[in-house]
Amino acid sequence: MARAINRRTILKGTAAGAALASLPWGRAALAESKPVKVGLLTVLTGPLAQGGIQMKEGVVAFMKDKNYTLAGRKVDLIIGDTGGNPAGAKAKTQELVERDHVDFIIGPLAAFEMIAISDYVARHKVPLLCLAGADNMTQRTPNPYFIRASATASQCGFPLADYVRKEMKLSRMDTIVEDFAFGYEQEGGFQLVFTAEGGTIAKRLWTPIQTPDYTPYLAQISDVDGVWQGFAGSNPINFMKQYAAFGLKKKYPVVGGWTAFDDALLPSFGNDAVGAVSGAFYSVSYDSPSNNHFVELLLRETHKTPGGYAAGCYINGMCVEAALEKLDGNTSSPEKTIAALRSLSFKDSPRGPFHFDHFGNVVGNVFIRRLERKNGKLVNTIVKTYPNVSQFWTYNEKAYLATPLFSRNKVPAKI
Amino acid sequence: MSLRHALSTPDAEKASLSTRLLALGIVLALLVTVPIWVPNSYYVNICSQILIWAVFALGLNILVGYAGLVSLGQSGLFGIACYTAAYLVSIGTPHFEAGLAAIGLAIVTSAVFAVLSLRTTGISFLMITLALGEILWGIAYRWVSVTGGDNGISVNTRPTPFGISLASPSAFYYSTLIIFLVVVAAMYVFVESPFGISLRGTRDQARRMTTLGYNVWLIRFLAFMFSGLIAGVAGLQFFYYEKFVSPYVLSLSTSATVLLMVISGGVATLLGPIVGAALVIVMQYVVSAYIQQWNLVLGAIFVAIILFMPEGLVPGSLRLWRALRRRRGSAPAVVTVPVEPES
Amino acid sequence: MNLWVILAINSVALGGLLFLLSAGFSLIFGLMRIPNLAHGSFFMLGAYLGVTFLRIGTNFWLAAILSGLGIALLGGIIERLFLRRLQGQELAQVLVTLGLSFMFADISLMIWGGDPIPLSAPSALQGAMQVGSIVFPSYRLAIVLVAAVIAAVLWIMIDRTRLGAMIRAGVDDAQMARVVGIRVSRLSSLIFCLGAGLAGFGGVMGGPIFSAYPGLDGDMLPLALIVVILGGTGSLVGTLVGSFVVAFLYNYGQALFPELAYVILFLPMLVVLLIRPQGLFGRLPT
Repeated sequence: MARAINRRTILKGTAAGAALASLPWGRAALAESKPVKVGLLTVLTGPLAQGGIQMKEGVVAFMKDKNYTLAGRKVDLIIGDTGGNPAGAKAKTQELVERDHVDFIIGPLAAFEMIAISDYVARHKVPLLCLAGADNMTQRTPNPYFIRASATASQCGFPLADYVRKEMKLSRMDTIVEDFAFGYEQEGGFQLVFTAEGGTIAKRLWTPIQTPDYTPYLAQISDVDGVWQGFAGSNPINFMKQYAAFGLKKKYPVVGGWTAFDDALLPSFGNDAVGAVSGAFYSVSYDSPSNNHFVELLLRETHKTPGGYAAGCYINGMCVEAALEKLDGNTSSPEKTIAALRSLSFKDSPRGPFHFDHFGNVVGNVFIRRLERKNGKLVNTIVKTYPNVSQFWTYNEKAYLATPLFSRNKVPAKI
Repeated sequence: MSLRHALSTPDAEKASLSTRLLALGIVLALLVTVPIWVPNSYYVNICSQILIWAVFALGLNILVGYAGLVSLGQSGLFGIACYTAAYLVSIGTPHFEAGLAAIGLAIVTSAVFAVLSLRTTGISFLMITLALGEILWGIAYRWVSVTGGDNGISVNTRPTPFGISLASPSAFYYSTLIIFLVVVAAMYVFVESPFGISLRGTRDQARRMTTLGYNVWLIRFLAFMFSGLIAGVAGLQFFYYEKFVSPYVLSLSTSATVLLMVISGGVATLLGPIVGAALVIVMQYVVSAYIQQWNLVLGAIFVAIILFMPEGLVPGSLRLWRALRRRRGSAPAVVTVPVEPES
Repeated sequence: MNLWVILAINSVALGGLLFLLSAGFSLIFGLMRIPNLAHGSFFMLGAYLGVTFLRIGTNFWLAAILSGLGIALLGGIIERLFLRRLQGQELAQVLVTLGLSFMFADISLMIWGGDPIPLSAPSALQGAMQVGSIVFPSYRLAIVLVAAVIAAVLWIMIDRTRLGAMIRAGVDDAQMARVVGIRVSRLSSLIFCLGAGLAGFGGVMGGPIFSAYPGLDGDMLPLALIVVILGGTGSLVGTLVGSFVVAFLYNYGQALFPELAYVILFLPMLVVLLIRPQGLFGRLPT
């Protein structure tokens, strides 16, 4: 409830601030004294709230930890609940931009929300620190005010496929994922590298986003070395539960994307997912000072193990802080702000060292993790780390961008 | 029972005519000056949204209120206009032609919906329209080459009717206001027109209407197309407001939202759907900034409306207002008895 | 070959679960003409209550029964407080039940959080049965038994008892039933409790397959609607048949026509309604 009260006081400040800022001398004079405004677009209600609440926890924990002061400036954190739909995302973005005049936006959660607001954000020149996967935001239709410190939808699939071919030696696999863009792009990334390294995808199965019972799909899985699944939200829980119930877990090992075996989901899995291998930009078990601090902080604040959503947003908070430091706290020029953000390079973060490419997409670690039970607790143990993974993997950027975006129909055999 | 009658008591008629004209003038003046007295372009945008949804709800009210047909597939008509315009604009069709095609296709779709669903009334009608809406939603999701799947279609321009750019929030607001006023006027005329009266006849006394020689099916069919026209207009505006379309516009939750607007405001009234639209949009986009549990509050408001004014906000408030006046002893109240539909 | 067999067995199992979900909706709609759009919420709240009971160490079956009773009580309160006074006002009923479902969704999110919570099946049923090369989860087979028992009890209650005779009379003609001295209003409360309770019970029974998660309500409500509309409203046999028809459509449709996965249930429902607007087993309103 502290937030609600907080918010009202902010509002009064905003009106006065906006009036002043509209005068020619207002902005510069106010730059140091008025607080920096960070907007968070997330989902706090409805079916997608699970990831959205974790996003909020990540950002709030970061700000609390910094005592709501970054690079000497007070921070107003303004949280917008998009409700998990594109129209809501658009409206909340307008609220953050036109009413609250935020300097940064962190979020949103879902790719379809991101795409709905992309043009608007670029036109209003608000630096956006995104979590959603939508590949093309940093590829074929780039947004100049955009950075992504998490990963494109396909990015974690490249090293995973490499690992599955080279270390697990699986050569024939079925893939299964939700029938929507995030699924196509994830599957495409995995399939591209997997087939380029000599593997075969036997069947590609697509399930509607709401699939109460996966049996019609599970019954089709046969005669393979393993299964890749890329489910998101709460779907991985039911999928793995039903996968195990049909005895498939003993026959075909499962590998998957970061949302499919996110650390935050682990307590819900029970034994159904033990042994699963996943590729992710983050892992709780990554041992670094920054990550240890982050995990401890989140455990203290939320009493829950954090996962990729919280970590991604926490890292976005770090980016905001580092950019402010570079700018000496002056956010009056969005051009300079986004340039500062894109030039950031971290030696340590909860996901390890990383920097951004010229599209604003992250180049950093992808962890290959095996889900294990240790001392009675489920953990994603890191079995291999692929450093400096780019959204173009090892391919030539131009050649990569010349191919069409991964879709249900088309995945290039080779680049 | 006309709106005019519903709003007034006999002996207050003369006195209240001027009061009502005055009130109308004030409301109009307030609406026209929104971009001036509303402090922030964000809230101007909210006002545009309210007007767009009010138009959408007014269109649905033709079916729910005046024809007694509860549709849960209205998003199909709204969405098809969004998608048609988005697709055509994205392949380079001029705005005017794209807009005409969007509204035209919405009307054609409503004709198809009507032919399929008017075989029944009541819950079966509701379920058929729901199924039709869901099928369009499924197509939008899967026909990726045209609809872009869940990524939808983005465009970056708004039309410039008569050379006036609608890019700014206030310009766009005025365009929605003009359309809103036209639709309100059309609804006002429609309700009192012979067609409107016979439509209400089919709602209250379907069998008698048939005996009297009316073609009940045809009247309902035309009402459905009229409703589709207005849904198409609203869809087109919504698309230009968002400059983006995705399967969400075709979803069941869009249909349910607009139905809730109509019922909460008060069916078969001119003001009800408008008030309902304002209530839901304000909760969704303004109150949600202060109360995280805004869904809880919205749900509680719906329940409270039903507890205290089951006929909806607008007729309910009028009833309470009249009861208050009667207690003061100024005028006898006219009690409107809702007529139960025959079947 | 295995595919066909597994899909057939699973259709029966899913049909049983759909019957548990829809029987209550069908009863409520049949007797009271209330389109209870909070029915999905009852199912979800049942699952969540089950989670809480299981957490404090209750046995699975007891948790299912207690959750069913809890939701029945909730249903009774809702009927008394809100729905009683809205007889015959379908639109008001739609608004109030949707409003309540908004509230339940938000309250569940506040109490149980956003993370999905799986419910463990009773340990004796956690494995899988294997015949030849066909593996099938034991728990799903158990659901078929439970659904069969519930269906039999409901059938006996409605077809063989005095109470059932009163219910049938109420379904056929509420006014006439009142005339002959049946207290339809008390009957209504009872039916609403029963319908809600069945949904809550079904929520726990479905828990080991669906888990409890925000959005479960919205995922289940359309299924209940389809079953009841397809089978015909107010008819228990219709609901039973509708459940299995939907389950078979779902299983074979998803597997054989993946292109149509998004519309696989609505398309057949549309076709049935166009041919028989009253549903497969419904009677035309008199």
